[in-house]
Amino acid sequence: MDRGKMVVNSDECKGCGLCISQCPVGCIEFDNETINKQGYHPAKYKGSGCTACGICFNVCPEPGAITVYKLVKA
Amino acid sequence: MYEPILSKPKSFFETYKEKTGDQTITHYCPGCGHGIVHKYVASALDELNLTDRAIFVSPVGCSVFGYYYFNTGNLQAAHGRAPAVATGSKRVNPDSIVISYQGDGDLAAIGTAEIIHAANRGELITVIFINNAIYGMTGGQMAPTTLVGQKTTTTPRGRDPHNEGYPVKMCELISQLNAPIYVERVALNNAANRAKAKRAIKKALKLQSERKGFTFVEVLSQCPTGWKVDAPDALKWIEEKMIPYYPVKVFKDTSNEAEPYPEAKEIISGEKVFEILGIKRDEKKEETIKYEIPEKYKNPRIKIAGFGGQGVLLLGVALAQVGMMEGYNVTWIPSYGPEMRGGTANCSVNISDSLIGSPVVEKPTILVAMNKPSMEKFEKDMVSGGILFYNTAMIDTEPQRDDIIKVPVPATKIASDLGNIRVGNMVMLGAIIEKTKLLPLETVKSGFEYFISRKNLIPLNEKAVEAGMNYIKENNL
Ligand SMILES: Cc1ncc(C[n+]2csc(CCOP(=O)(O)OP(=O)(O)O)c2C)c(N)n1
Ligand code: SF4
Ligand code: SF4
Repeated sequence: MDRGKMVVNSDECKGCGLCISQCPVGCIEFDNETINKQGYHPAKYKGSGCTACGICFNVCPEPGAITVYKLVKA
Repeated sequence: MYEPILSKPKSFFETYKEKTGDQTITHYCPGCGHGIVHKYVASALDELNLTDRAIFVSPVGCSVFGYYYFNTGNLQAAHGRAPAVATGSKRVNPDSIVISYQGDGDLAAIGTAEIIHAANRGELITVIFINNAIYGMTGGQMAPTTLVGQKTTTTPRGRDPHNEGYPVKMCELISQLNAPIYVERVALNNAANRAKAKRAIKKALKLQSERKGFTFVEVLSQCPTGWKVDAPDALKWIEEKMIPYYPVKVFKDTSNEAEPYPEAKEIISGEKVFEILGIKRDEKKEETIKYEIPEKYKNPRIKIAGFGGQGVLLLGVALAQVGMMEGYNVTWIPSYGPEMRGGTANCSVNISDSLIGSPVVEKPTILVAMNKPSMEKFEKDMVSGGILFYNTAMIDTEPQRDDIIKVPVPATKIASDLGNIRVGNMVMLGAIIEKTKLLPLETVKSGFEYFISRKNLIPLNEKAVEAGMNYIKENNL
């Protein structure tokens, strides 16, 4: 299991690409299938690789667009 | 099992109810640094548990709507004045945590004096300074921080220091002063610098909460729109262009040595201010009052409105002057558009037997409308039972209200019959004093020398006042 995961709230994403360009492991991409209600292709987690470093959260300008989760032992 | 470790800070509103349009997203352009810094401020307030004590002062610039987002106290200051507003706010609410959030046009151009002096006084506030090397809101003009050679809409060939001067380094300036205790420049270009930025903002707010002194954090922040690059490239631009000129570092940190400011002394209440100044709030001016205004029109709040050039401001001055000569407290305050002629103008006059709180008249008891737009604009604001004088020579419609007294006076026509269309204002003055007995004619006459600058026109003005009085009498108005 990956150490972390990130979730994009796609309707709050403005498709600026900052998280994608700054993610050190490259685990975020544009969701070219989706056009959100603002008319952008939102960012989305590729599904694996996240280390919960939080870099995407701290570069995203939208207050509620990204949530970062960390793996904790159950 | 996964647990959220980073999510929307609680110091933001859940939805932005003040905002028009979509209330779940900010009004900022995609990739704008403002949103990032907002997040750091909100996170710091969360972590320091200061949200309930915080007052966020929004500037003029793209962040003018900061108050949409922060679930704190909010103020919005005139362009460049945020540090002055923050000063006042902090001084009357010493337990608050006051943030003056400003762009580089706001802080380093129009607001230069405010920031320098707030810093020099060592106000107990935190200034977050967004340096994006441009005026974002107004469409990408040069800011004082625009780099040499940088193209903007007002420096299309690039900033030339011989014409526009060199980019202003605010941290360097502020850190020269004695009072500031913490001055740091940070940048949003990479993860390490963003982490420092987040820490710096938190540190500044913490120092304020410890009453240590003035704190200043400059953030090199991207404006992808103004710079005409996409957001990821804007981060490179910060790194390659801005940081070499604007070094990212701590310029001053005397926070360890700084003694906390003494706890604020007792706040002086408004009542106490009156006491200290020896003003008795309810005191009537009885001893000085010579002429008794009829009960019905006592303490009038008067609005006079018309075209620039119709003498509406002078009519107000006349009423205030004569009221003063009769021993009343008076105020007169004009309000006019940028046009000298043809535009609209209005003034507010108070004549009172007690203290006047504000010179502005929002709900007139007496309205003088010299033209149609003025009547349309102000009639609805009148108090019920108020009295409206309207210039029927220029207004071809009837007033709408039926809970006011209406006095139609063809002032401009009467003036023109007297040979000078411009004394319509004095015709109105005559009509007012005849109808309301607000002020005596004799005092109006002795007042002329104060408000009519061309003495040879005094007889004509006197005639106009009398003509206005006669019109009321003859028509039994
Ligand atoms: C007294 C006054 N002068 C000028 C303006 C026009 N104006 C609005 S925002 C602005 C500059 C904004 O630039 P900055 O402070 O750098 O903020 P940004 O929009 O880049 O965040 C100016 C000149 C104004 N609103 N008020
Ligand atoms: S940084 Fe935020 S707004 Fe920009 S693409 Fe990523 S999730 Fe969307
Ligand atoms: S114009 Fe620039 S500073 Fe203003 S919101 Fe857009 S990116 Fe941000």
